[in-house]
Amino acid sequence: MIRINITSVYVDDQSRALAFYTDLLGFVPKHDIPLGEHRWLTVVSPKEPDGPELLLEPSAHPAAAPFKEALVADGIPFTSFAVDDVHAEFARLSAAGVRFVQEPTDMGPVTVATLDDTCGNLIQLATMKS
Amino acid sequence: MDAVDAVFRAIGDPTRRAILDELTDRDGQTLFEICTRLAMKHGLTSSRQAISQHLAVLEEARLVHTRREGRYKFHHLDTTPLRSILERWPIREQS
Repeated sequence: MIRINITSVYVDDQSRALAFYTDLLGFVPKHDIPLGEHRWLTVVSPKEPDGPELLLEPSAHPAAAPFKEALVADGIPFTSFAVDDVHAEFARLSAAGVRFVQEPTDMGPVTVATLDDTCGNLIQLATMKS
Repeated sequence: MDAVDAVFRAIGDPTRRAILDELTDRDGQTLFEICTRLAMKHGLTSSRQAISQHLAVLEEARLVHTRREGRYKFHHLDTTPLRSILERWPIREQS
């Protein structure tokens, strides 16, 4: 059966990305393997250590920069993560200096907020209503 | 186009009025947030390009202005042009 084991975000700087995605967002490191000039660098949710991995992939390809800049200019998140309480995460992360371009917003079945990951991406946090 | 014509043209469309509603709810939104609100709260399925064009019409009427902040771009509401309507046709108190 096919399944999702890994997904990527393209990050400007892998070291900075690892710090942001672990220290601030709360993921935990999974794999960190030297690979040429970059690293095979993945993190997982502490709630699902054997679940899908997020690959912090270098955005070294020349097409990546204009693509990422265009998404950011229009406020489009590169991807979205689930959180239990987006209002609490907004308060916690804002206090830690994280820049949100969209404060928590009620969108019907889901409440969302959008932050800057400091590595060239906007990331959406989403809480599904029960 | 005359400035007054631009205002009436701008508010003569339900999608553009919905954009003004959402910017009244929260001022300073990205294009993505505006598009998401229109889809989720108003059931509008216009493309991002179509919403961009609606925003351009609202900007031409000076009801919306954009602000660049670093790599981000936010849309802000300015209701000042609507004053000309009330000045032209004042609302009389009911006796």
